[in-house]
Amino acid sequence: MKKTKGKLLMSAAEIDLALARMAAEIVEKLGSRDEFAIIGIRRRGVVLAQRLCSKLEAILKRPIPTGILDITLYRDDLTTAGNRPLLRETLIDFDINNLSLVLVDDVLYTGRTIRSALDGLVDLGRPKRVQLAVLIDRGLRELPIQADYVGKHLDTTEDETVEVRLNEEDREERVVLFSKSV
Amino acid sequence: MASLSHKDLLGIEQLSIEDINLILDTAEALREVAARPVKKVPTLRGKTVVNLFFEPSTRTRSSFELAEKRLSADILNFASTTSSVSKGETLLDTAHNLESMAPDIIVIRHQSAGAPHLLGRECRSSIVNAGDGMHEHPTQALLDALTVRTVKGRLDGLKIAIIGDISHSRVARSDTLLFHKMGAEVWVCGPPTLIPWDFDRLGARITGCMDEAIDGADVIMMLRLQHERQNEAFIPSTREYYNFYGLTRERMRRAKKDTIVMHPGPLNRGVEIDSDVADADYSVILNQVANGVATRMAVLYLLSGYAGLKVKKTSR
Repeated sequence: MKKTKGKLLMSAAEIDLALARMAAEIVEKLGSRDEFAIIGIRRRGVVLAQRLCSKLEAILKRPIPTGILDITLYRDDLTTAGNRPLLRETLIDFDINNLSLVLVDDVLYTGRTIRSALDGLVDLGRPKRVQLAVLIDRGLRELPIQADYVGKHLDTTEDETVEVRLNEEDREERVVLFSKSV
Repeated sequence: MASLSHKDLLGIEQLSIEDINLILDTAEALREVAARPVKKVPTLRGKTVVNLFFEPSTRTRSSFELAEKRLSADILNFASTTSSVSKGETLLDTAHNLESMAPDIIVIRHQSAGAPHLLGRECRSSIVNAGDGMHEHPTQALLDALTVRTVKGRLDGLKIAIIGDISHSRVARSDTLLFHKMGAEVWVCGPPTLIPWDFDRLGARITGCMDEAIDGADVIMMLRLQHERQNEAFIPSTREYYNFYGLTRERMRRAKKDTIVMHPGPLNRGVEIDSDVADADYSVILNQVANGVATRMAVLYLLSGYAGLKVKKTSR
């Protein structure tokens, strides 16, 4: 299969706008009520979490704890043979017990990453509630998981791929849709 | 995606620099698990690991066992004293019997050099060498490297002095191979009776003078006198050994300011190392133990990708 030229889904400005709206929604739902923290899922979720965090801190005028979650150890495809995914450190240096958490990832697709992330969080403590923020929800779920804050909803097919490219990781800033021609 | 270039971890000799860095990076990421309230991850759920120990071992065996448990593997422990080995079964028969129980990884310690290599050729499971005779002890060298890298931030360009009973030490062999491979300057030091004359082939410089070894060293690695492997008198007395090759406070005063002291354990206080030195701030001996669990978790994690793969048998 060959990749065709990608279709631009979101520009840098649109990404920023979406994150600003998501931050406002988080404040509306959690801001006044609870102590909460932001957890980014490696890798691009971490970048988005940091950006959300600075927007939230600007609105709420207080520091918001942020952490980094690596879900590799909890993946459900490790029992199959083959290469091991590269492992990176989970860095959450605050107590998550009784805290409201917002998990952040770039694309919500099958839901398996989030399933792994929830398992990972349980091993770190018992958060009061866990919510999910994603930049793109492309549908096609394989597990009963849904996002609380979504930057953009998309109807996609399994032949397509959605790539979120962020300056910090990819030196460019946009969301692109690729369809594979058979 | 990442993977080792081998089905087994038999020694440092076979590993590439990329392999070593991959293991160390993975171990570094896994250290965090020990700091959690629930010190367990489901990564090796459903995998079976056999610990096959033909030699007495407390430290290495418990370190492996803890690593396996923290990764949720199922464990089978065999000790030679309580198994059919004491009834005359050969190593190969033991291996074939174990193999028919379909384990994914076999961790083996054996008094004969090359025993893990034999198993590696005969078994479908991944083999981890936990010490074979006076040959290699790769996970110890890897945890030593992790400890040094964590404190010093690098391995290349460091001067590493390994002091003591070099002849009988598989740790000295694996450490020398690893640190040399990673660009460090390795010195081995001890009484001439306890240093193989051709040790420089592994990349080490040899000296009989402890002050020369310590001078400017970034890392001082002390080894134990292995009484259990010595049938002959290699040294006149432990008292004399202490005078010439014991790491004393006096000697540490002449060492570099930021040098660190390591020891694979068990310590013989007052023989190769002074109590004051072993317990001082510059001693990272207990960090080594903590890093041991993370390093073994990393090795098991990386090798578990091979379990179930059809691996071509290498020729003899």
